[in-house]
Amino acid sequence: MLQSISLWLTILLVVPVTATFLWVAFSRPAAVDAGELATRSYRLRDWTFWVLLAVVTPVFLYTLTLMPYGADPEAEGVQAVNVTGHMWRWELSQDEFRVGEPVQFRVTSQDVNHGFAIYDEDMTLLTQTQAMPGYTNILEYTFEQPGTYQVLCLEYCGVAHHAMVAELTVTE
Amino acid sequence: MSDTTMEMAVPRGPRNAVITYLATTVVVLLLMMVFGLLMRLEQAGVDLLGAAGFYQVLTAHGAGMVGAVALGSSAVMWYFLRRHVELSTGVFLLNLALFLLGAVLILGGIFVGGFAGAWTFLYPLPQTPMGLWTQAAAASFFLGLLAIGVGFLLLYIDIARALIANYGGLGRSLGLPQLFGRAGNPPPPAVVASTMVLIVNTLGIVAGAAILSMSLINLYQPGFEIDSLWAKNLIYFFGHVFINATIYMAVIGVYEILPHYTGRPWKVSRVFLAAWAASTVMVLLVYPHHLLMDFSQPTSLHVLGQVISYTSGLPVLLVTAWGALTNVYRSDIRWDIASGFVFLGVFGWAAGVIPAIIDATIVVNTVMHNTLWVPGHFHFYLLLGVVAMMFGFMAWLTRAQEKGDGFFDRLGFWTFTGGGLALVAAFLYSGASSVPRRFAEHLPEWAAYAQLGSVAAALVILGTLLLALRFFLGLKRVANNVA
Repeated sequence: MLQSISLWLTILLVVPVTATFLWVAFSRPAAVDAGELATRSYRLRDWTFWVLLAVVTPVFLYTLTLMPYGADPEAEGVQAVNVTGHMWRWELSQDEFRVGEPVQFRVTSQDVNHGFAIYDEDMTLLTQTQAMPGYTNILEYTFEQPGTYQVLCLEYCGVAHHAMVAELTVTE
Repeated sequence: MSDTTMEMAVPRGPRNAVITYLATTVVVLLLMMVFGLLMRLEQAGVDLLGAAGFYQVLTAHGAGMVGAVALGSSAVMWYFLRRHVELSTGVFLLNLALFLLGAVLILGGIFVGGFAGAWTFLYPLPQTPMGLWTQAAAASFFLGLLAIGVGFLLLYIDIARALIANYGGLGRSLGLPQLFGRAGNPPPPAVVASTMVLIVNTLGIVAGAAILSMSLINLYQPGFEIDSLWAKNLIYFFGHVFINATIYMAVIGVYEILPHYTGRPWKVSRVFLAAWAASTVMVLLVYPHHLLMDFSQPTSLHVLGQVISYTSGLPVLLVTAWGALTNVYRSDIRWDIASGFVFLGVFGWAAGVIPAIIDATIVVNTVMHNTLWVPGHFHFYLLLGVVAMMFGFMAWLTRAQEKGDGFFDRLGFWTFTGGGLALVAAFLYSGASSVPRRFAEHLPEWAAYAQLGSVAAALVILGTLLLALRFFLGLKRVANNVA
């Protein structure tokens, strides 16, 4: 979902930028008064700046309400799982979960930096956090569908980085 | 007015130094592009490297590309800055010598010693080789990066010396007095941009040197422990600032070359000065967006990373991209590959920051971080931005003023541009499909993206090869073009 929004938003913004550059590159005829043209252009730029500010600010503030941080380690009713990254395997205290119940993955590493990333059965990335030596990052996630999920490593960690995979099972 | 009369004479020594920089840049670029193609082929299912070889090539590609782009863009900055202040050609060449020394140490560490800790060398991966590389290989890599950093630091010290001698201080060469209302002519764009670059990159390089030195000590004295989160902060501060500085160095070519073609000078307004002053601060503050998935980092730094990512591109982009469009609009510009590349560079920068800003949104980063979306956006503004600006400068130095471009010049331009756009599209689409970056082996369902990426990379190499040949064959024209 977020991936599709990002892709479409990129296309929707890059296309007009491209069109503007092409339009300007082939603009004719030559202007007689370049100074007057520049004055008008920079007036438009100032307007564009304020419009961008007005459009982007609410979007920006809304996205801050969706931040993945601040999970409460004392919270009740969550399934707590200890996750440790090793070169090149995942060690999980539990790998079976229930749909609809929040899971707190408490992620650390025994050696180098790893990336703990959960993929669904269609190999779409759902969420992630870093696994770091000396730190525990708490990632809270609620599975909405039963099935088999994959854990991939998303921080380069050496020669078998791409093969560092684990499986999670989610049931009703 | 012809190009020749508008151009200032450049003595033989500095001229040859700049040419040597550009020649080195283009050779390293081509080699690193071939490495990039090899990686995409490996991901497409053509087993050429094996996993160990893939990660060695990945390490070389990252370090080599950052170095090559820094070298080429510093040539652009130095060439135009020396019109305004007196720079030392000796220091400029010393930087190149240290770069070459660093390159030998880095390539030796990788391909002789087997080092594959990635150019980001995140602690403690280089110190944890699992039998795949030696201590000496990791040390060679660290020392190589240090040598390159020292070279650039010396270059910036010389530039700072020259600016202070000429303008009386870095605040003045950044145009702060005129920004805050003092009368008088502001410094030219090349001076303002160079001042910003030397301020931010000096700080970036010092941070990089600190973590490299600590990593070297830890390599031989493991009791000297490093905090992994602090190490990441130092590495990404250094890495982000250093690679961003390449854009700000190369963009000087836009300010200087486009007006030659449009006949409209690039005026320094208070908005221009405000944008560069603001960017000086924001480039230093934005790096936390690389650590958005490090949940142990204070949340305030995550929010700062997102805020500054949204705002940092705006000032200079609204000044440079809008300025370039205004400069070209209905100017009756004569397009050749020099003006074309410079204009393409502005486009690549302006368009490339769009997926980058989206990725810097924390909630988006949870599903895009370390996917191929990331090389998608940085290839957009580096390959089609910085490299295009550098190619524009090279084409401008070697332009055939009477004859104009030939068929192969245009073929090189369009092959590079088309290949570059396809390369970026393949990366971005792969990222939106959740394909991880830095994977030696891809799932079968991801192979098609890598195959398309391989074809695109081959086109980029073909275009670059044509442009490199044109550059080397056109060197004899440089003396006439700039004398």
